[in-house]
Amino acid sequence: MRPVRFNIHAKQPDARTAVGVADAPPGYPGDGFFTAKLSDVVGLARKNSIWPLPFATSCCGIEFMATMGSHYDLARFGSERVGFSPRQCDLLMVMGTIAKKMAPVVKQVYLQMAEPRWVLSMGACACSGGIFDTYSVLQGIDQIIPVDIYVPGCPPRPEAVIDGIMRIQELVGMESIRRRNGDRYKELMESYGIQ
Amino acid sequence: MPLSNEFIQTRLQEKFGDSVSAFEQPYGMLSFEAPHEMNLKVMQYLYDAEDLKFRFLTDLCAVHYPDQPGRELAVVYHLHNLTDNIRIRFRVHVSIEKPDVFTATNLFSAANWMERETYDFFGVNFIGHPNLKRILNVDEMDYFPMRKEFPLEDQVRLDKDDEMFGRGGSIN
Repeated sequence: MRPVRFNIHAKQPDARTAVGVADAPPGYPGDGFFTAKLSDVVGLARKNSIWPLPFATSCCGIEFMATMGSHYDLARFGSERVGFSPRQCDLLMVMGTIAKKMAPVVKQVYLQMAEPRWVLSMGACACSGGIFDTYSVLQGIDQIIPVDIYVPGCPPRPEAVIDGIMRIQELVGMESIRRRNGDRYKELMESYGIQ
Repeated sequence: MPLSNEFIQTRLQEKFGDSVSAFEQPYGMLSFEAPHEMNLKVMQYLYDAEDLKFRFLTDLCAVHYPDQPGRELAVVYHLHNLTDNIRIRFRVHVSIEKPDVFTATNLFSAANWMERETYDFFGVNFIGHPNLKRILNVDEMDYFPMRKEFPLEDQVRLDKDDEMFGRGGSIN
């Protein structure tokens, strides 16, 4: 038997490097209080506790299962609880080929989500139809719902999915709390036919 | 006596005479053709005859031959004799202007969904089918995707460049 060459010295866990701590948002500290912008604080809270809704249809769903596993842990980013009810989730992750017959279902699920909601489209099929340029496959979910982050790949590596989630976190952290009531957002929703 | 392709062929020709034609045996499987009005009669005979006993419908599909005018759509039935393990293939041709074929649902209930799929993709109209509507495609679709005139790719895409995909263009 060939001896193992890698990972043979057990590493001692070090609390200083093993646990990540989020930086405080810029603000004015005081004796027992801390003032900061509301959108910063709310953004910080939201971005580290995103509850995703895995709308897994095909192979990308399996990659997502790998991402949620212990090796590429997605729970580190606050997504420990994946919900399958749109009423309780923040992030709709559409993973896999969406057929034209499935499109009204995806739209219905998106409509049932409560604000604030984000959409991550994972994999080539959800972003643009992928290699299936045919009569039955919807060529990209952005034809029916507004998408925030696209993760390309067929399927994307779990590291790529985590990168996508981290960008979603950036988006969530920097979002203005008045965005959802503004005119631009309303126009965006109108263009998709969503009230 | 063991059931052989020649035996099946003689029995069919005795019963139906010249209506059944085009007997061939690609890869050892007997394959023949009949006019589309007689598809139920032939299948009923193959079902009922005690020494033929083709009582299992394996598959029902269609093929589009655009270069045979008058007989463009062929509906193909694959029947199987479970006791003697013999399979045969039976086809009926219909023209594309009037693709009417009698439904085999009363004889084989497996034909129900298979005929719906054939209608969905080729437009073959099965007369007497209890629920002939689209099964796999979107209900509002108004064309039949598997016919040869239908283009391979979805026409919604604007970004697919002919040159990049090796069709036409300057590099060919």
